[in-house]
Amino acid sequence: MGYKAIKTSPKDNVAIAVTVIPKGSTVTIPSNGNVVTNQEVPLGHKIALDSIPRGANIIRYGEVICLAKESIKAGDWVHVHNTISDI
Amino acid sequence: MYFYGYPREDGIYGVRNYVVVMSSVVCANSVVEEIARQAPGVVPITHNHGCGRTGEIAMRTLSGLGRNPNIAALLVIGLGCEESVAPDIAGAVAVTGKPVEYLVIQDEGGTFETTMKGVEIARKLLTHGEGQKQEKAGLEHLTVGLECGGSDAFSGVSANPAVGAAADLVVVEGGTVILSELSEMVGTAHLLKRRAANAVVAAKIDAYVALGTEVAAWGAKRGYAGAVSPGNVAGGLTNIIEKSLGCIAKGGTSTITDCIPYAMKPQTKGLVIMETAGYDIESMTGMVAGGAQVVVFTTGRGSPAGHALAPVVKVVSHSATYKKMPGDFDVNAGSIIDAERSIEGVGREIFELLIDVSSGKQTRAEINKQCQFAIRQDGFYWPTLKGIAEKNL
Repeated sequence: MGYKAIKTSPKDNVAIAVTVIPKGSTVTIPSNGNVVTNQEVPLGHKIALDSIPRGANIIRYGEVICLAKESIKAGDWVHVHNTISDI
Repeated sequence: MYFYGYPREDGIYGVRNYVVVMSSVVCANSVVEEIARQAPGVVPITHNHGCGRTGEIAMRTLSGLGRNPNIAALLVIGLGCEESVAPDIAGAVAVTGKPVEYLVIQDEGGTFETTMKGVEIARKLLTHGEGQKQEKAGLEHLTVGLECGGSDAFSGVSANPAVGAAADLVVVEGGTVILSELSEMVGTAHLLKRRAANAVVAAKIDAYVALGTEVAAWGAKRGYAGAVSPGNVAGGLTNIIEKSLGCIAKGGTSTITDCIPYAMKPQTKGLVIMETAGYDIESMTGMVAGGAQVVVFTTGRGSPAGHALAPVVKVVSHSATYKKMPGDFDVNAGSIIDAERSIEGVGREIFELLIDVSSGKQTRAEINKQCQFAIRQDGFYWPTLKGIAEKNL
């Protein structure tokens, strides 16, 4: 079966997994192309669409939501473990 | 568009026809509960407030709730030594012209006497309620409260934007919509301000969001990573900014006409922001006390919550949650994700359901007897009214 993720704004560098997506799966993101997951991504969690250097912005809804705590590769699961929240 | 509501003495319309017995203070709760047992049909409202630092917020909230047109008639039970006293609440509600009575336990001869008199009054008020008939009313008579609870990463993709589309339709029809939860507007002031009706409202948005951010930061310091709940994190939300960007989508795209304090009635039509925290039940109470007759509540993780004094329409963000607890939701906005329905299409469905619910159709929360009630806990996670006054919001 094909896996799908949703990008909420054209500027975003992450997309939201519509189902649980196993490691090594090809994920289709409408109007973005494909990305291959480097880890399992839980339902509703974020997948990096591009490589994101350490300290760079994580963008969702076209807005900065947090920063990369480490170098993030396209296809990585993005969440509290590899980001820094300024709150 | 129109709905069939209960016309009240002050010219506004209820979407429900509750006869309410309410305690003015926690010490009167048991009498209220016993009256409700002996006079079936009345809605009992009890709470933990009314004395000490909780008196002022109780006074404001209970008075506002009493004025809500969903209430046909009201009996207030007080103890006699509290801060939020029954005669003052009854007086503040009586300006609407609806039947309001009060009893004070220390003046009526104690628990038994107050209960007996209360049952007699409650039965008389129920008869008044039975005499109320629905009439056609335009949407300029409707105030809709917006709430979200148990959010997940899909809330901002499906349920909240769909509710935003419905909210825009209510505003176009001349109605009032209340967007709540300042502590879920963190990092969004620049987006909300673009929609401010004028510079005064824009400045209020800055001050309101700053207050919400202060409260969220307080939560973050106490171990809530990113100032969101463990359930939010499990659902994919990394922090309060991501959650907030999804949260404000409920407000649609309309002009923001004002920012108003907790439990106060909007003085403008259109979309207004109310100063509530992200605690769902307390937030809903604030909006209902401000005159909202109906609430639309989005959820991702699956909150079944309703409210004691207003029907609550539940919209779920994802089909997986819908399938887990299908009896708790009115609309599955997950169809936007897995059935490729449009946000506008689901928004229209929510709008039409709102009209039906405002004309009497029961919501899932009502069928499930989900009738939560809580008043904001000032001085705990939220500043006291005095603290807020000092901020000149």
